[in-house]
Amino acid sequence: MRTNLEANWAVTPETEQKIVDTAGRYQTEPWQLMHILLDIQKIANNSFPREVAVIVSRETGLSEASLYSFISYYAMFSPSERGRYVVRMCESAPCHVRGSKAVMEAISKTLALQPGETSGDGRFTLEYCQCLGLCVNSPAVMVNEAVYKDLTPGRAATLMEDYMRGDYDA
Amino acid sequence: MLEETRIVLRNVDEIDPVSIEDYRARGGYEALKKALSMTRDEALSEIDKSALRGRGGAGFPIGKKLSVTKAVDADQKYIICNADEGEPGTNKDRVVLSGDPNSVFEGMAIAAYIAGAAKGFVYLRFEYPYIFPILEQALENARKAGCLGGNIFGSGFDFDISVVSGGGAYVCGEETALIASIEGKRGEPQFKPPYPGVKGLFGKPTVVNNVETLANLPQIIQNGGEWFANIGVPNCTGTKVFTLCGNVARPGVAEYPMGTNLKDIFEAHGGVKDGKDLQGFMLGGQSGNLINPDQMDLPMDIDTCRARDAILGTGTIMVMDDYCEILDIVENIMSFFIHESCGKCTPCREGNIRMHEIIHNINAGDGKLEDLDTLEELAEVMQITSLCALGQNSSYPVITSLHNFRDDYLKAIERGQRA
Ligand SMILES: Cc1cc2nc3c(=O)[nH]c(=O)nc-3n(C[C@H](O)[C@H](O)[C@H](O)COP(=O)(O)O)c2cc1C
Ligand code: SF4
Ligand code: FES
Repeated sequence: MRTNLEANWAVTPETEQKIVDTAGRYQTEPWQLMHILLDIQKIANNSFPREVAVIVSRETGLSEASLYSFISYYAMFSPSERGRYVVRMCESAPCHVRGSKAVMEAISKTLALQPGETSGDGRFTLEYCQCLGLCVNSPAVMVNEAVYKDLTPGRAATLMEDYMRGDYDA
Repeated sequence: MLEETRIVLRNVDEIDPVSIEDYRARGGYEALKKALSMTRDEALSEIDKSALRGRGGAGFPIGKKLSVTKAVDADQKYIICNADEGEPGTNKDRVVLSGDPNSVFEGMAIAAYIAGAAKGFVYLRFEYPYIFPILEQALENARKAGCLGGNIFGSGFDFDISVVSGGGAYVCGEETALIASIEGKRGEPQFKPPYPGVKGLFGKPTVVNNVETLANLPQIIQNGGEWFANIGVPNCTGTKVFTLCGNVARPGVAEYPMGTNLKDIFEAHGGVKDGKDLQGFMLGGQSGNLINPDQMDLPMDIDTCRARDAILGTGTIMVMDDYCEILDIVENIMSFFIHESCGKCTPCREGNIRMHEIIHNINAGDGKLEDLDTLEELAEVMQITSLCALGQNSSYPVITSLHNFRDDYLKAIERGQRA
């Protein structure tokens, strides 16, 4: 989904350098392509826009077409811009039988977002995801790379409020 | 009360996972040392005697895989540890890797020595980013101590490991898809043969094994294959690391001998949460089976499960209380497979969508009795004609729920017809 968020993030000389350095790892360790592209996506505010692909293509020698063929296959890449925090709520069966639906409703209400949407201020993207491997602590949610377990609707709402307040902003 | 038998989990929660000193204080890397003092054939024969079968779902003997790759002549071979753990309801590999990574590295090194590989990869699923630094630090410490890297223990054997990341695709747990993914390609399953053991990563012979399988190897070498073969049941030796989840009183990851009765495991974990009634279990992950309480007297090993129309799979035991709606759960599971099918072959790509649609309609009160036959027919086609085990197995939860919870389907259809 392309939104008016595009203005929120643009390549600067500084971020370009970071992307170039990260992409450089490909020459010695080609098997790290996934990791490299995921790191670059982090630099690019959780998305993989065309401007970034151009730089990566130049640095790795991989064509833009083959880069997009790769990233479009894997769920963790997003060609369109996402929020600073990607909130991913597990919807697989073990979380489902422990009340993930009610937790998702609480999160959705607190963030005022439906699954798949990004907030207008570019801070949050809400997504459903599959099992996070935390089923012994269901229901579980991931916010970027942090995990939160044993959630109730109340705890999930509080967590989102903490994020909204900026408690987790570096 | 049933006690755990910890082989794979023996160090978990007992040591600092990144500390090489802690690991070695509990006998760590002694097995690798021992293996390096044996010939490759001698080491392989201990693995063969153990009769260890793969723990990633398919149950293939690792000794056979190692001997295939050992026999191939190649300038480079690889060992891959499959840590993609995407099967919903499975947490065991996370617990092993984050709690005792060296047991997996040591197992990989032993496998590498036997097969003749010098390089290994751990393919870590995207959803476990917090395990990355643990693995990197543990690797660094093991190298510094001379347990990994060049000329290990002065034996002349070189072996090192890199950690690579998954991209959030369940199907990349399938070994040929996983290999494609490391090669920088779309992770689609490939036709076999050639098998990875002969022609795998970058075209080289490659042994792919699950985390839990590999973590067993040090103990097998250390205590002997016969010791291992005496644990569990004759055709299915050793232990299994189970994940207890869902509406169970005490969820967790726990290790019991193969063949331990489901009833005993369930009771050891406190039965149903909040004293509710038991409605059934999902066994072996979402590509597993749904069984009802009458089927609970079940020895949990690969062959007995298979013979009783159940699946051991990854060792998932998801408990469902009587508040669960079976059709909701099956619908949820089928939407997972729609999402995760790579779309390469038609029976899987279309079949999962059709099954989901039919179940959704029945659940919404728009079902007909004939739909149940259609589900059976669809399942048969998918099982026979799909390229990989995703499409071959994704109908299991539908078919088993249809057999073991038939009343739920009939009631939903009846409800619809009355309305
Ligand atoms: C769709 C699909 C997903 C799979 N996911 C995994 C996984 O996450 N981990 C795993 O070890 N094996 C997985 N497998 C099985 C692997 O293809 C392979 O059989 C296994 O890694 C071999 O290791 P083992 O013999 O030690 O079990 C999967 C298979 C399929 C078809
Ligand atoms: S069975 Fe499904 S997942 Fe496997 S190759 Fe075919 S479409 Fe892809
Ligand atoms: S089902 Fe949600 S973490 Fe596994």
